[in-house]
Amino acid sequence: VSEAHQLGACEIADGVRGGTLRAQELCRALIERIARIDGELGSFLRVDEEGAMAQARAVDEAVAGGADPGPLAGVPVGLKDLLVTKGLETTAASRILRGWIPPYDGTVVGKLRGAGAVLLGKLNMDEFAMGSSNEHSSVKPCANPWDLARVPGGSSGGSAAAVAAGLCPIALGTDTGGSIRQPASFCGTVGIKPTYGRVSRYGLIAFASSLDQIGPLARSAEDAALALEVIAGVDPKDATSIDAPVPAYRAACAGDVKGLRIGIAEEMGGDVVAGPVADAVAGAITELERAGAEVVRVSLPHTRYALPAYYLIAPAEASSNLARYDGVRYGHRSEHQADLVEMYEASRGEGFGPEVKRRIMLGTFALRAGYYDAYYKKAQQVRTLIRQDFERAFEKVDLIASPTSPTVAFEAGARKDGMEMYQADIFTLSCNLAGLPGMSLPCGADPDGMPVGLQLLAPALGEETLFRVAGAYQRLSDWHQRTPEALS
Amino acid sequence: MTTVSRDELRELARLARLQLTDDELDGLQSDLTDILDHMNALRELDTTGVEPMTHAMDMGQRLRDGSVAESLPRDEALAAAPRTDDGSFVVPAILPSGEGS
Repeated sequence: VSEAHQLGACEIADGVRGGTLRAQELCRALIERIARIDGELGSFLRVDEEGAMAQARAVDEAVAGGADPGPLAGVPVGLKDLLVTKGLETTAASRILRGWIPPYDGTVVGKLRGAGAVLLGKLNMDEFAMGSSNEHSSVKPCANPWDLARVPGGSSGGSAAAVAAGLCPIALGTDTGGSIRQPASFCGTVGIKPTYGRVSRYGLIAFASSLDQIGPLARSAEDAALALEVIAGVDPKDATSIDAPVPAYRAACAGDVKGLRIGIAEEMGGDVVAGPVADAVAGAITELERAGAEVVRVSLPHTRYALPAYYLIAPAEASSNLARYDGVRYGHRSEHQADLVEMYEASRGEGFGPEVKRRIMLGTFALRAGYYDAYYKKAQQVRTLIRQDFERAFEKVDLIASPTSPTVAFEAGARKDGMEMYQADIFTLSCNLAGLPGMSLPCGADPDGMPVGLQLLAPALGEETLFRVAGAYQRLSDWHQRTPEALS
Repeated sequence: MTTVSRDELRELARLARLQLTDDELDGLQSDLTDILDHMNALRELDTTGVEPMTHAMDMGQRLRDGSVAESLPRDEALAAAPRTDDGSFVVPAILPSGEGS
């Protein structure tokens, strides 16, 4: 019999619905595990023991009464602290929101509750999702479960670390430029950024509204598929949500890759990556080829412009979105307040951390009259060119494979802020700029045992293709079944 | 090389309503100069006639019915505010001279 922390979400839901597992026992076991090991790891910002146990009890009572609690019956889920939870403190790991108790649930949070999930608590992250290492959390750092001296990636670092450490089988993260896929890669989990608009953003604290998407992290492709089936779909409260039916993603995981055309691009690997990351990714592609896929070379010539375009567009949108934190309606208000403008300036100066300030300043620069055409508009034009690159490539292939990140997880403190840190995202950014779905799945390890992630990108609404490949690959490999020894 | 001057930085901070210390301004001056230097790579691309992309999906504006629906009760909307009075948000004086509350 597996222990609670080894069970996958599909196993748990099947067991709870079938009466062979009890949601309350699972919930209790995971809360005890968090208490035992998360002090060292730092993946949870807060655990909602009372709320989680009440949800688990309701699930068990429903099953006992002959009712079906839903597709995520009794499945413990952790939420990135960027997702708004009614009655449960939500901070985006920022001082400016410390103590904020939201009066409403985000749409995905409501959907999880409605599907019988047990919400364990809120997960660590880079402040306002700005970062690639979780080192910009204003609360505490989060470690990588495979090596506690290294970072878990970011910004959804807590989500990836918690899943990899067996603290919850599913976590939700958000991805604006790679913030689900890069930490998934660093921690050896599956993570999917859905097509822009596939999942409602209502109740997601906004970073860059034209790029942000919510998605699940899990150990197996099938568990991620189960979660995405629940959270995807149109929402009247998000005008950018796509009105298209939600396919059976879990069923897609059972498909094979025969005849599938996988594109590889020189610009997304060859020039930039060497060593264990390149070897692991090449090995995975060879395995897929052996299983019947066809490998086709494609070109994405504007890839090198994704980084500068992204770091103009995302900060520009962020500087506008974060204007709402002004100390008036909620969040931190400074004591220094001779007049209204000084109150705004002091509250924001005290409340925001260094990376958030850097991006607000950069975004304000890009949007400023006189610079707008040279920077912001130019970046939006480059965004069009990047999208056209993908459109041309997808005439020839069904998906594109690459490393998720050029490196494995690096040591805490190893990268300076600014451009050096931003380099961690060079392969993940263009997917957000083009609005496409992307996934990272574990496909190897370096000599120190640090996980390597394979990134798969598909055309808009092509999530089923991603699950099909991931499901097939996970039947051929056992990278996703490895667990970090330090925390077993 | 795009160098951001100290005056320009102060003006950006004012526009962003962001109070920054001298140390922070020092750091931002070199960071922004470094970052903008990388951004200049975009200049080598000819984008004449390329339509700017503002949104990831081609979709029109969806309109909802103009019907009355449930909204957040006032007490709940005010509950997280630093200061309230009689159903309103309270802020410091808008004019520096400090008239009113």
